Amino acid sequence: MNEPPVLEVRDLHVDYGLGDEAVHALTGVDITLRRGEILGLAGESGSGKSTLAYGVTRLLPPPGVITGGEVRYHARDGSVTEILDLTDHELRTFRWQEISLVFQGAMNSLNPVLSIHSQLTDVLAAHRPGMSRAARTERAVELLKLVGIPADRLSGHPHQLSGGMRQRVMIAMALALDPEIVILDEPTTALDVVMQRQILTRLAELRERLGFSVVFITHDLSLLVEFSDRIAIMYGGRIVEQAPARDLYREAHHPYSHGLLHSFPALHGPRRELTGIPGSPPDLRAMPSGCAFHPRCPRAFEPCSRETPRLLPPSGADDRPQEPGRHRNGTDPSRSVACLLHTHHGFGAP
Amino acid sequence: MKFVLQRLAFYLLTAWAAITINFLIPRLMPGDPVQSLINRFQGQLSSRAIDSLRTLFGLDEERSVWQQYLDYLGNIFTGDLGTSFTYFPTGVSEILAQSLPWTLALMGITTLLAFVLGTAIGIHAGWRRGSWLDGMLPLTTFFSSIPYFWLGLIAIAVLAVQWPVFPASGGFDNSLVPAFSVEFIGSALYHGILPAVTIIVSAVAGWILGMRNMMVTVSSEDYVLVGQAKGLSERRVMYAYAARNAILPNISNFALSLGFIVGGTLLVEMVFSYPGIGYVLFQAVAANDYPLMQGVFLIITLAVLVANLLADVAYLLLDPRTRREA
Repeated sequence: MNEPPVLEVRDLHVDYGLGDEAVHALTGVDITLRRGEILGLAGESGSGKSTLAYGVTRLLPPPGVITGGEVRYHARDGSVTEILDLTDHELRTFRWQEISLVFQGAMNSLNPVLSIHSQLTDVLAAHRPGMSRAARTERAVELLKLVGIPADRLSGHPHQLSGGMRQRVMIAMALALDPEIVILDEPTTALDVVMQRQILTRLAELRERLGFSVVFITHDLSLLVEFSDRIAIMYGGRIVEQAPARDLYREAHHPYSHGLLHSFPALHGPRRELTGIPGSPPDLRAMPSGCAFHPRCPRAFEPCSRETPRLLPPSGADDRPQEPGRHRNGTDPSRSVACLLHTHHGFGAP
Repeated sequence: MKFVLQRLAFYLLTAWAAITINFLIPRLMPGDPVQSLINRFQGQLSSRAIDSLRTLFGLDEERSVWQQYLDYLGNIFTGDLGTSFTYFPTGVSEILAQSLPWTLALMGITTLLAFVLGTAIGIHAGWRRGSWLDGMLPLTTFFSSIPYFWLGLIAIAVLAVQWPVFPASGGFDNSLVPAFSVEFIGSALYHGILPAVTIIVSAVAGWILGMRNMMVTVSSEDYVLVGQAKGLSERRVMYAYAARNAILPNISNFALSLGFIVGGTLLVEMVFSYPGIGYVLFQAVAANDYPLMQGVFLIITLAVLVANLLADVAYLLLDPRTRREA
């Protein structure tokens, strides 16, 4: 876990709309993606997961605007690019070359009137001007083979493929330029469970082989626990907790993460009680004061409505209700949480 | 290919049905062409002239309707559409051959120009919403909401009568003999400008509006976002990803409007006394010239059918989803 970072997001703010009408979709997001890791991003709908993905690639649909922060990309040779400062032309060269995306809608991500061949090769033509036509076709065949699609599909059109095949084509496309980072925005939500697993397993294999980093966005925390190295939980436009996947699964510090983890049944291990989370996601236009989660939080106490917790390594003393015997001392640098229950200063756990 | 052949067979069947109806309707009407010619000459025809007219129109011999129908079909295939009353004794097909090129040139070119212009403006207006191009919408919509004949009359009143910049009527200078000479073509172009401009001005808004709205709809599709994320050039995303999909409904509308070139030209040619097929139809209706009307209707029907076939083929080429897999 001590790999160097490839993508650092610092204090990123994204609004939808301008002025007083603006909806703050992201408020001060800090996150680091390390080389070769799979970072899972989870949260309810409206928590800002997709906005974060579009924000770092500057693909926000209007009226989305980045109002502040930094997004630093570290290339393999050590040079650092500030994505938010790139010109339009630089941005076009940067996109897909360094960061590629696989989008939510497997059904609509492919252009229905262009052949698979031309959609796989146009990205090569745009980024590798020196590449010959034959070489581009060869690369396209190679890419399809990578995701297990026969080469004769190349001349076909998207409507001739099943949903699972289309999403595999999208993954092949995402790998076309050997990017350092692949962002998967709910890549499997439209697919059945068997297909989900197949695609994710394939992706994990490819990651082993090609060594790219992955940001995996989903609301399905059980998938994340299985496939990612580290998980960040988002709530109301902020990251409320991040931790290695296994640690988070074993012991979630933030009451929201805890609620998320207990809203689906585990397939393995001892039975756990399903609790779910009461209430509904916050209205981004009228965020609660203090910790945005406090109106729904079963463990909220007096300062929660006044003070906004910062994302910090958790303090030592911690009495989880579900694991009463477990106590830890000192801080754990690999994880952080934004909850007043776990901060060092005045307001400790009650 | 199989699909094209199937469509072709379908259109042949439709054409046959249209021709048959075209044959039956005049025969269901009271009176005959000789009667209307007699009326036309207000009783000044001698009985011998009437007899010879009957022979000429083939009304002297008692033929069964079935036999007439077969003869009619045979005549159509040999290009014989009968004799016009108005331009007696000129044949209908000859009149049509003279007037059709004028209509096709004027309406064909202007329809194409309006489509290309409107679609191009629509693509850019829809891609960059809120740019100055959006300001053109109210203006062009205003012009298209004006009834066409009124727009034409205003254009004549202002640009041909008040300030005689353009000729008010006709397709060419009457002192010239139609020929492929520079002088004649120049004159034809000069006479065509005013009708052409009014047609484009009144038609372009529809294309802009349709294309712009489709562009706005398609721009929010995932594949356009993917195109942007792939770092393709703005042109590639705009044309190959957004416009390529947005243009599909406009293409079928365009093909249909091609079918209305011949039929819809009536108003234009009446206002500008343009020597096209609409003007011929106008005169035929005014003179109860049934053979000529029948001929014009036949041409209109065939034009609509050909345009539909073109639309089918264009769609087949542009949208792979309509292609049937082998």
